Amino acid sequence: MNTALDQAAIDRFNARYAACLDTGDFDAWPDFFLPDATYKIIGRENYDAGLPLCILALEGHGMLRDRIYGIKNTLYHAPYYQRHVIGTALIEPESDGGITAQANYAVFRTRPGGVSEVFNVGRYIDRFTATPDGPKLAVRICVFDSEMILNSLIYPL
Amino acid sequence: MNAPHHVAQTRWTEPGSSRIPYWAYTDPDIYQRELQHFFYGPHWCYVGLEAELPAFGDYRLSFVGERQVIVVRQRDGTIAVMENRCAHRGVRFCQQQRGKARSFVCPYHQWTYKLNGDLAGLPFRQGVERDGEKQGGMPADFDMQAHGLVKLRVARYGGLIFASFSDATPSFEDYIGPAVMPWLDRIFKGRELTLLGVNRQRIPGNWKLMMENIKDPYHPGLLHTWFVTFGLWRADQRSRMVMDEHGRHAVMISQRNQGGASSVTEGVTSFKADMALNDPRLLDVVPEPWWNGPSVTMITLFPSLIIQQQVNSLSTRHIVPAGPGAFDFIWTHFGFKDDSEEMTQRRLRQANLFGPAGFVSADDGEVIELSQDGFRQRGADGSTLCELDGRGVAPTEHMVTETLIRGMYGYWRKELGL
Repeated sequence: MNTALDQAAIDRFNARYAACLDTGDFDAWPDFFLPDATYKIIGRENYDAGLPLCILALEGHGMLRDRIYGIKNTLYHAPYYQRHVIGTALIEPESDGGITAQANYAVFRTRPGGVSEVFNVGRYIDRFTATPDGPKLAVRICVFDSEMILNSLIYPL
Repeated sequence: MNAPHHVAQTRWTEPGSSRIPYWAYTDPDIYQRELQHFFYGPHWCYVGLEAELPAFGDYRLSFVGERQVIVVRQRDGTIAVMENRCAHRGVRFCQQQRGKARSFVCPYHQWTYKLNGDLAGLPFRQGVERDGEKQGGMPADFDMQAHGLVKLRVARYGGLIFASFSDATPSFEDYIGPAVMPWLDRIFKGRELTLLGVNRQRIPGNWKLMMENIKDPYHPGLLHTWFVTFGLWRADQRSRMVMDEHGRHAVMISQRNQGGASSVTEGVTSFKADMALNDPRLLDVVPEPWWNGPSVTMITLFPSLIIQQQVNSLSTRHIVPAGPGAFDFIWTHFGFKDDSEEMTQRRLRQANLFGPAGFVSADDGEVIELSQDGFRQRGADGSTLCELDGRGVAPTEHMVTETLIRGMYGYWRKELGL
């Protein structure tokens, strides 16, 4: 397996990431991250102003799993489908062998039997590390333009 | 042909305030009366935190009801609040959510306003001279002072900013009243706030449903798994329900316990006996000296503000109505100037419980949407039932009650003359 962190590897990674979330395979979601990774969903208003508040800020596999438990067992919500459309990543190699990358995303929400809505639009700001199992996220920050969330956001972006 | 028979179904036929007719949540005329009386009438409405405007000229846009306002720091440190609407042609001219200004200029005809809303100048007021002759201009009796922006009265309390369109609004202290004021003082008195950030969500339900949600101590230990399982809010805790003399403002006060199974979790499907966090940092609660007992106080200041202290997480939640069937809900999380770095991190981690994606609060937005769906499908002739702990209105020393909701609707009904 080619473990190089190149353009094709990152785009493949994002395609698999989207497929994981869009099929609702949430148990597999932490596998895209390093064990101590950071995952944040933050409004552009806060991000641009340097304010730390996120709508979700998770540190490490434990918190990612707590979120999954919440989705499956504790968060009351009307279920919905997600559909991610992720653009080609803009990648920048770092001196330590990792890379930073940015990719635009649009997530559509469809309640079963309902119409589709543009749910959340933004960009991933990522930091990838090469591992024997392929690229893994050390950091994924979802900076969203859609500052007015359509009621609640349950599933990861 | 007969026209469909239409009778306005907005008469309150039941006694008291323990049955709330569905039209209170859906009727557009009632909604307009609410805007006029509560949001534009003699009430203080929340518009932001002082920490958002640290320096002279700092401004932000906010809302009082559906009216957008500009909140701006003055040279002398005071705060001015004025409607974002040009006195000339009604343009909502200021378009930056936040910024720093020396003056405000409407782009349409360059009418210019001072930071306090006074009209500073306008092009061609004296007309244009051509061949020694004056052409056009405003009438000689045009009064600059009468054509500023609409200015609101401002009340500042403990780093919070409130505004009112009405001259009849009492002083802020009198508005809040002696029963609720100590609970504000407990959080805010003598402290400087720091801004952690803002989250926004649009909830497709009537704005009062959010006020009700935070006057409803019955639901948190039933709907919210985290609250019942981890002992953050449940019926076997020591609690108090406080309200002002009008029944409009309230505080739900409680003290956390260790959670786990007890008589109040029997048959409660949201209770998860074997649930443990993979990462306990999400709920790394450290009591703060100022708590002085209660670990949670949820304050509703009618009509526009909820103030949350739930363990180490602090926020204001601003209600911005958008028609009878929707409102925007704006969360501003804050800390205190003397917080350690660890405490700031803790507040931010616990923020995962709240807001539009919160482990707890996401439930509330969802349920409010479903409530409005229920009202809509039935039409005006249904009503909600609100009789836990009787039909009257009085403070309680427990949480097995809907008294605070009845208190609010008693006030609402009286004020609207329904």
